[in-house]
Amino acid sequence: MFQNIGEMLVLLWRTLQALPQTWRQRRKVSEQLFEIGNASLLMACILSLFIGGVIALQTGPVLVQRGISSFLGGIIGLSMCKELGPVMMAVLIAGRIGSAMTAEIGSMQVYQEIDALRTMNINPIRYLVLPRLVAISLALPTLVVFSVLVGWIGGALVCVYNRQIGISFEAYFSNLQNVVEFKDVFNGLIKSLVFAVIIGVVCCHQGLVTLGGPRGIGRSVTKAVVNSIVLILILDYLLTRVLLYWD
Amino acid sequence: MNTAAPATQNGVSVSVRGLWKRFADQPALQGVDLEVNRGEIFVIMGPSGSGKSVLLRHLIGLEQPDAGQILIDGQSIQSPGVMDRVRMAMVFQSGALLNSLSVGENVGLYLAEHHLKTPAEIARVVAEKLELVGLKGLEERSPAELSGGMKKRVAIARALVIEPQLILYDEPTSELDPLSAVTVAEEIMKLKRRIQVTSLVVTHDRDLAFGVADRIAMIRDGKILFVGTPEAVQHHSDPLIQKFITAEFNQTNPRNDL
Ligand SMILES: Nc1ncnc2c1ncn2[C@@H]1O[C@H](COP(=O)(O)OP(=O)(O)OP(=O)(O)O)[C@@H](O)[C@H]1O
Ligand SMILES: [Mg+2]
Repeated sequence: MFQNIGEMLVLLWRTLQALPQTWRQRRKVSEQLFEIGNASLLMACILSLFIGGVIALQTGPVLVQRGISSFLGGIIGLSMCKELGPVMMAVLIAGRIGSAMTAEIGSMQVYQEIDALRTMNINPIRYLVLPRLVAISLALPTLVVFSVLVGWIGGALVCVYNRQIGISFEAYFSNLQNVVEFKDVFNGLIKSLVFAVIIGVVCCHQGLVTLGGPRGIGRSVTKAVVNSIVLILILDYLLTRVLLYWD
Repeated sequence: MNTAAPATQNGVSVSVRGLWKRFADQPALQGVDLEVNRGEIFVIMGPSGSGKSVLLRHLIGLEQPDAGQILIDGQSIQSPGVMDRVRMAMVFQSGALLNSLSVGENVGLYLAEHHLKTPAEIARVVAEKLELVGLKGLEERSPAELSGGMKKRVAIARALVIEPQLILYDEPTSELDPLSAVTVAEEIMKLKRRIQVTSLVVTHDRDLAFGVADRIAMIRDGKILFVGTPEAVQHHSDPLIQKFITAEFNQTNPRNDL
């Protein structure tokens, strides 16, 4: 599964080289952004609301028993912004947007559309990969901000209205404010930017190397999503390790 | 990057020297040699699977040969800058239109992506080329809504927009009704007269081949059997060639060779 990492790094490098031409591709970037937002904003909110809620549900009663329920805001606040927000959103976007990227580029490869671009001297990296990578790198961190905010609210709702927990909004958010610093949120945003690049590069690369007909496209999509998610989880550990030094 | 197309521009010469290409299990080209002159309409005929499409893909740089050379105006297409300097276009066998774009955007893609003209000028050129291939006013359609033959004609319009010095047609008239086929043949001739473009036409269509060709090459199993004028091909003694150009439907004596 990892034999293509070299090729992916080359693709990333070429895309970065094309970065100065992003302005010319701005229409395609905004099309992609619109598509990403359209496809995932609502789902991101629902997902985050419930994730925030479930951490509250899991940790709340235990903390109440030990008389330290005042820490709930901080616990939920940190876990959402440092870990769950970025990872959940990345997995969601890999499944929702990464798969679409692979399918679209893969079918263009299979049906010779990319060959046609080449014969017109249009670089497929500039034309196809660049706008997608830029769009996802802008969209994923933005979604994570949404997700973190909604997750905090989800946690708060459970903390306030669950009968076993029952702390006040004020207590929850004042603890959250005391514990969570700006750098914790920033930490999550850095992670999500890395995840966005992983999804973009893995899925575009897999699209470009698609072989065969519709079946090949199907295989490529599955492979791209699975590889993205595996890489995201591995990189998540490594990044967490590295970002700890910075704390 | 390509620069704006001057209205009159001479075609280029193409030489293919000892081109070999193998795909995993079978050879596709086995030592192809060809000389195509400037401004010539050069037709390549041959049975299905003989390597015609593969040869065209090499000429436009989509495939790398295992051995051999392709020279355009005497310069190898491997040497840097040659592919950027020479304007080439290819009409794919399947059309290869971008499905995410409209017909008009497909035709204008080259001009728009290379920023060669303003949007208004592009719209004018697109309308003009679409009219030329008999698809006036279809700019807003999506390629998915077109018939096979219409797609092919859009692909030809897209190639014409490039004002190429070398244009490669992969079976431009397959899927076309006889009338459209004649239009395409006329367009190939007109283009030659207007901008002295060099044209390579791969086709099974004998009417097209004998109608437009300056010279015809016969290819079989990745090897060139014969190159000559249409008259020379018609009077060639090789039975394989004769069979190929005179094959006719015969119910009482069905052929199962070739
Ligand atoms: N990408 C590829 N991978 C493997 N084999 C290929 C590939 N492209 C072509 N071939 C093989 O090369 C040979 C020549 O194919 P080509 O497409 O050039 O035929 P053709 O002369 O254009 O036929 P047709 O008239 O049917 O279009 C065929 O045997 C084909 O199977
Ligand atoms: Mg072919």
